[in-house]
Amino acid sequence: MFAFIIRRALQAIGVLFAVGIISFAMFRFAGDPVNQIVSLDTPAAEREQVRRSLGLDDPVPLQFVRYLSKAAQGDFGVSYQFRQPVADLLAERMPATLELALCATVFATGFGVLMGVYSGLKRDSFLAKVFQTVSLVGISLPTFLIGILLIYLFSVTLGWLPSYGRGDTVQIGWWSTGLLTLSGLKALIMPSITLGLFQMTLIMRIVRAEMLEVLRTDYIKFARARGLTTRAIHFGHALKNTLVPVITIVGLQFGSVIAFAIITETVFQWPGMGLLFVQAVQNVDIPIMAAYLMLVALIFVAINLAVDILYTIVDPRLRTSIRQPA
Amino acid sequence: MTQPVLSVRDLRVEFVTRRGILKAIDGISFDIAKGEVLGVVGESGAGKSVTGSAVIGLIDPPGRIAGGEVLLSGLRIDNLPPEEMRRVRGKRIGMIFQDPLTSLNPLYRVSEQLIETIRTHTNLSASAARKRAIDLLAEVGIPAPDKRIDSYPHEFSGGMRQRVVIALALCAEPELIIADEPTTALDVSVQAQIIALLKRLGREHGTAIMLVTHDMGVIAETADRVAVMYAGRIAEIGPVRDVVQNPLHPYAKGLMGAIPSLESDTDRLVQIPGSMPRLSAIPPGCAFNPRCPYVFDRCRVERPEPVQHSEHRVACHLYDQSSVRSEAVA
Amino acid sequence: MAEAIQAAPVPQSQPTTWAGRFLDSDIWASFKRSKLTMAAAFLTFLFMAAAVLAGLAPQDPFDPAQLDLLNSRLPPLWDAEGQAPFLLGTDEQGRDIFSAILYGLRISLAVGFLGVAFSATLGIALGLIAGYVGGTADAIIMRVADVQLTFPAILIALLVDGVVKSVLGGQLDGVTTLSVLVFSIGLSFWVQYARTVRGSVMVEKNKDYIAAAKLIGLPAPVIMFRHVLPNVLGPVLVIATINLALAIITEATLSFLGTGMPETMPSLGTLIRIGNNYLFSGEWWIIAFPGVALALLVLAINLLGDWLRDALNPKLR
Repeated sequence: MFAFIIRRALQAIGVLFAVGIISFAMFRFAGDPVNQIVSLDTPAAEREQVRRSLGLDDPVPLQFVRYLSKAAQGDFGVSYQFRQPVADLLAERMPATLELALCATVFATGFGVLMGVYSGLKRDSFLAKVFQTVSLVGISLPTFLIGILLIYLFSVTLGWLPSYGRGDTVQIGWWSTGLLTLSGLKALIMPSITLGLFQMTLIMRIVRAEMLEVLRTDYIKFARARGLTTRAIHFGHALKNTLVPVITIVGLQFGSVIAFAIITETVFQWPGMGLLFVQAVQNVDIPIMAAYLMLVALIFVAINLAVDILYTIVDPRLRTSIRQPA
Repeated sequence: MTQPVLSVRDLRVEFVTRRGILKAIDGISFDIAKGEVLGVVGESGAGKSVTGSAVIGLIDPPGRIAGGEVLLSGLRIDNLPPEEMRRVRGKRIGMIFQDPLTSLNPLYRVSEQLIETIRTHTNLSASAARKRAIDLLAEVGIPAPDKRIDSYPHEFSGGMRQRVVIALALCAEPELIIADEPTTALDVSVQAQIIALLKRLGREHGTAIMLVTHDMGVIAETADRVAVMYAGRIAEIGPVRDVVQNPLHPYAKGLMGAIPSLESDTDRLVQIPGSMPRLSAIPPGCAFNPRCPYVFDRCRVERPEPVQHSEHRVACHLYDQSSVRSEAVA
Repeated sequence: MAEAIQAAPVPQSQPTTWAGRFLDSDIWASFKRSKLTMAAAFLTFLFMAAAVLAGLAPQDPFDPAQLDLLNSRLPPLWDAEGQAPFLLGTDEQGRDIFSAILYGLRISLAVGFLGVAFSATLGIALGLIAGYVGGTADAIIMRVADVQLTFPAILIALLVDGVVKSVLGGQLDGVTTLSVLVFSIGLSFWVQYARTVRGSVMVEKNKDYIAAAKLIGLPAPVIMFRHVLPNVLGPVLVIATINLALAIITEATLSFLGTGMPETMPSLGTLIRIGNNYLFSGEWWIIAFPGVALALLVLAINLLGDWLRDALNPKLR
């Protein structure tokens, strides 16, 4: 099993390296690093000076290594727009995004699994058909439309929930949380639902499909032939076998959720990394774009690795090496 | 004479599809006595597995039992409500399937699966159930059962897994075991062991066994009687020795002639021309008539009913007194 | 003594023409059975017709000459203050919402189809190469695929979009933006095609008919295209239908975020972004109708895709 984990870790590093190359390429060639320090109307001579001081005339591989080592220390350069270190900007915004992503995932997983299991067990019931329709709608409506719809309903018409921002947050050390205040919680509701809806329908569909697949297997047939109770078959055997692959998917989806937060944060003006990224794309603020890419890659890769390890714990087939048959 | 463990009377199973109703089994009747092994043999699609599923009540829609009766020790079971049928399954009828790897839930230990089954059908406590589970494993021939019982299914070899499956089927001491191709997925060397195990268990516990397979060799080794199925009907049924050495039904003749033997010195194996008809295109009259070398007019029109002919029951007009042709065809 | 074997007559009830076989097939039967799918197909057809015929709309809303500020902010026709010919009302510049939707549909569908075409072509080509040639080519392509798969398509589309725009510099016109969008979206979705095709190719590669083709001496590309590709198109079709809906949503999202189609040549997403500014001031129609149009379009495509997937899935028959 160790070999498996080491292999996955190496793959992870490989991915990070590849992303690093792309990030660096963007940083160095798509934008002009000189713009981090000077403005557009600085005279040419001064620009030349800045170029040399930034080491932009050195061989490219050297610059790459320098970029990576700086990144490892948390230095991603300076934003063109805000004239602040990108790392600071990202750190400031990260709790907002992570909290939102977490709430969305909890919402999506909870409801998704429940609805999926029900639809799998009671295929032809009315409620299952309702869930099917909801899932179709969830997948068809673009995230931003859902957000706008919710805002129109609950903010404009009913006035129950705020239409933008995080509400009041509490600072705990480096982290700022909205979970401890009423306005913070209220502000979390619509964005979480918006962000989570797509994932919820995905999870529901996968759980349902997996459930139906499992119910067709030989071991379920054999369980029925042994006269096990329906409850034992459905919730003891089928459910457990269904949820194992679903765990992987939920874990992997978390990374996706963080990326999708870009849209939700834009609709709700949520002060997270996603909104920062969109503004960067709009204003061609390359350092932020490059840094965001690397950060997201790191989170993704870390999650993938964690999920792989989790999988080996949960599925006994992956745990043991091949033993001698008795 | 004591009552048979299993009695099937004129059973009919059909599948409702868009293109019409397909008759998977069209009126079969047979008995299995206590401790007896009945082999059910035939080509793929003849209806052997469907028969097993019908007896144990696991025909799922779009299939359904369309007629006939299934009696277990004299009591009808084909029309039981689902919850009662569930109690019969496992406790009074056990069933094992072809592939031992996919028959066991890979996420649960063998001990958990055994104990669960035992406690479903008996009132034993957890520790008593565990003891019984270990005894069962010993009985099916798993070495060091007290140590191996906590292993996962994938940690056993194919033959051992099938033994575990048999142990699971025996948990509640059923009166009848249906074995659906139990050795097809196993190595030849292991097949013999599993067959021997089944025979021994049948004899020691008095369990009736319905052995479904397409392998005539296995039947010849193991069964007391054999039923030859064709296109959802029983062509011939009788003591295994008689049917193998002196088959009456032309299809059975073809089958036995197709078995390679170390003793005889033939150049070519006998082949039955043509192939078994699809369920949607079963010919009128006798289902075998397009391929039968002895066919005559009545065969194409009227379906033959089983008639007793010495030890066998045959469904063929050749053996029916009222047919025009004489029986002197051998 | 055996009689001659009598062959049973073959019933002549199966149709033998292409059209006949299609109408008799399971696919058509399942299509007819599902009213929902037929409705979805009808709706999709309607949308596509509308897009093609957009030129017949009452107004070309993005030709400034046709706009009159006196017509601005009119509610839909059925409202007391509505005015003909503005069926669904106008926005703050006097643009007819109905016409804008038709033109927007055109752009949305164009980007969607072109994006899928690009993804599919790229993905199938790379998948064929990876599967058939194998070796280093396979390893490289699959590594790239794995890296790309770690990120959701929207992120990749945004990135590519941002970088290309930065490289091209300055304000881009409508057609260039459209091309950049097609490129970004196409680039973010090729992986699924490549993986599926590669898998199928690796299965087919070992089959006898390929060995036979090689024996005759057919060159590899010919074998790949003429023999392997047709067998692999089934799953590709399923992916393409899912992909189309996603491509349309991705383009709409990019436009909504301000990084997609500009207001001079808007897609449905752009219209929604414009309309969002008026949501709070009560002029709901500016965002509502384009929103509904987009939702219905994607819903119809998804339904069709669902049906196609179930119909083509041998396991569910």
